[in-house]
Amino acid sequence: MLSIKNLHVSINGKEIIRGLNLEVKAGEVHAIMGPNGTGKSTLASVIAGREDVYEVTEGEILFKGKDLQEMPIEDRAREGIFLGFQYPVEIPGVSIVNFMRTAINEIRSYKGLEPIGAAEFLKAMEDAKNLVGIHSKLTNRSVNEGFSGGEKKKNEIFQMAMLKPELAILDETDSGLDIDALKVVANGVNSLKRPENATIVITHYQRLLDFIVPDFVHVLYDGRIVKSGGKELAFELEAKGYDWIKTESL
Amino acid sequence: METTVNQLTLKDQLLRVFEENRENIFAGDSPEMIRLRQDALKVFKSQGFPSSKMEKWRNTDISEALKEHYNFYLQPTFLPGIDLRRIFQCHIPHLATDMISQLNGWFVSENGAVKKSADGVIIGSLKAAKKLYPEIVNRYLGTLADINKSSLVALNTALATDGTFIYVPDNTQVEIPLQMVNIIQHDKNIFIQNRNLIVLGKNAQLQLVQCDDSVDQQKSFTNTVTEVFIGEDSSLDHYKLQNKNNNSTFINSAFFNLEKNSRLSTIGITFNGGLIRNENYVALNGDHADAGIMGVYLMDKMQHVDNQVFVDHAVPNCHSNELFKGILDDSASAVFNGHILVRRDAQKTNAYQNNKNILLTDKATVNTKPFLEIYADDVKCSHGATIGQLDQNAMFYLKSRGIGESNARLLLMYAFAAEVINRITIEPLKIRIDDMVKKRLRGELSICEQCVLHCSTMEKPVHFEIDLSKV
Repeated sequence: MLSIKNLHVSINGKEIIRGLNLEVKAGEVHAIMGPNGTGKSTLASVIAGREDVYEVTEGEILFKGKDLQEMPIEDRAREGIFLGFQYPVEIPGVSIVNFMRTAINEIRSYKGLEPIGAAEFLKAMEDAKNLVGIHSKLTNRSVNEGFSGGEKKKNEIFQMAMLKPELAILDETDSGLDIDALKVVANGVNSLKRPENATIVITHYQRLLDFIVPDFVHVLYDGRIVKSGGKELAFELEAKGYDWIKTESL
Repeated sequence: METTVNQLTLKDQLLRVFEENRENIFAGDSPEMIRLRQDALKVFKSQGFPSSKMEKWRNTDISEALKEHYNFYLQPTFLPGIDLRRIFQCHIPHLATDMISQLNGWFVSENGAVKKSADGVIIGSLKAAKKLYPEIVNRYLGTLADINKSSLVALNTALATDGTFIYVPDNTQVEIPLQMVNIIQHDKNIFIQNRNLIVLGKNAQLQLVQCDDSVDQQKSFTNTVTEVFIGEDSSLDHYKLQNKNNNSTFINSAFFNLEKNSRLSTIGITFNGGLIRNENYVALNGDHADAGIMGVYLMDKMQHVDNQVFVDHAVPNCHSNELFKGILDDSASAVFNGHILVRRDAQKTNAYQNNKNILLTDKATVNTKPFLEIYADDVKCSHGATIGQLDQNAMFYLKSRGIGESNARLLLMYAFAAEVINRITIEPLKIRIDDMVKKRLRGELSICEQCVLHCSTMEKPVHFEIDLSKV
């Protein structure tokens, strides 16, 4: 589904990702772990298409065989990529309802489908709200405006439930969450899991992986994946920290 | 003789109109009013029209507009065969309003010039009200609009003979919003001076929607003065919708006086217009008076909008909040000049002022000058101004959900305006303005959109667009 080969990414001429390779197949859950500042969020943003800060200098990213670098941000989303933001953006004045309806209809239009019906849309909203335990009315609320850290993360998973992506990349979705909120978010992600979908979970801590169990764990260090393994690698990292990886990768 | 007239400047013409028509102009006036008119004329005579050499007019240049030849009328003037019912056919879905119509600055009505309802509310022509209700009109008219504040206010005071009069007596709530529609339609360039007087007694309530429109592309210069008195415990919701043609010059001065525990919300939405200047003078003269003065302007081409706000905190414990937001495309320009005066005794004042702008091109300009003048020491005041482009992080966020460039821009521009639009408390009006703002931002709003103007006889409606690709 996702194939990254020899990816190099720079910010202001400084190379952050330095020859990264990653293969993700349908039905898989991948965890990308690593110390701060090793390029995890950069990777997530580059897959989603952010280009004003990041520059891809080398390598390729294919999604379902299509070259992502040729594709604008919105088309990547329409093709089925979803980025759960580490820091969801507050957009005062844009209601969540309007935001989601616009997004869904643009995705549908891209696929040659009619706009979503009102009843169907409302039902999808209700289902998605229930999934992540949002009880308040969203009708008059602006996107992320005045949301607590936990609410923002729930809102990301809510959007994911609405948009039903094929590949979800969750960037530090666990950061700033207490254990209850973490369970809610993880439960949301797990119930959206389908054999034809894939998930990449980016996290600093092993904690989230108690709830979202990965098929593969990769350690990102210094812009490269330096170690890959099964879920047991996460436990090893938790026990030993990242230092042994650093030593190994030298 | 005809040539001589044409060579006179507009100022001379207007002075001459005054001299030659004193009797006509003074008809129905109290002795005080006549004196005021004469004083006002002196002010105008000595100062003339404002020029961009004056500090307050530095960024708004009306000299080009003043070079035009205009016709000024002391009697109502309409095109022959005009169907008032048709032209003032206003359509805001699900909003029941009582309509007040002014055509070319003259109050027009099919049911008599002044109407007094059972609850004592008086609505009608100011000219007629002077005769019928002199005790009310004379008590208020000309007492708030200071002729020394601006020579245009002086000119209006000297020459204006008609406009709208609204009186809401004590303990009276006007349930249905009043809609005051001002339309300009003429076959000649026209100079209009109308004068409105709005009086709310104690514990009274009114919602007023003031629409200023043009029907055609004829040049016009409008110099409107409105005096608004808001009594103790009273509340006024005032909306201005401005959708005028690119050949119009519109100077709109409003003076508000707020007594104890009274409340004002005035929101101006400027969709279109050649040159528009809104002057708001707000006097907080009673404890716990509360004023919200807000505006949204969406301008393009060579259009110019100027919002001047002066808030006078004369007594303690009052609250004022100014918020003006604008989106400017092409070579459009905007001015914001906010002045808050907190007098020495006005302790516990809360006064806020904010002007935010989005410029879509390098040629669009904004001159913004927030200004606080504070003589009390126990106050909370703030002011701010921003000029910028759309937030790139928000753009990325929207696009990452599959929303394309143009819709993402539209959502963000709309959201920018919504901060003010959401303050509109008349729900059907909010929905309507919402829709108009969206249309305006998409480039689909014509001057034939607002309220009236479902006219088939007019020229093809002119469309104004904001080019979204330029953000």
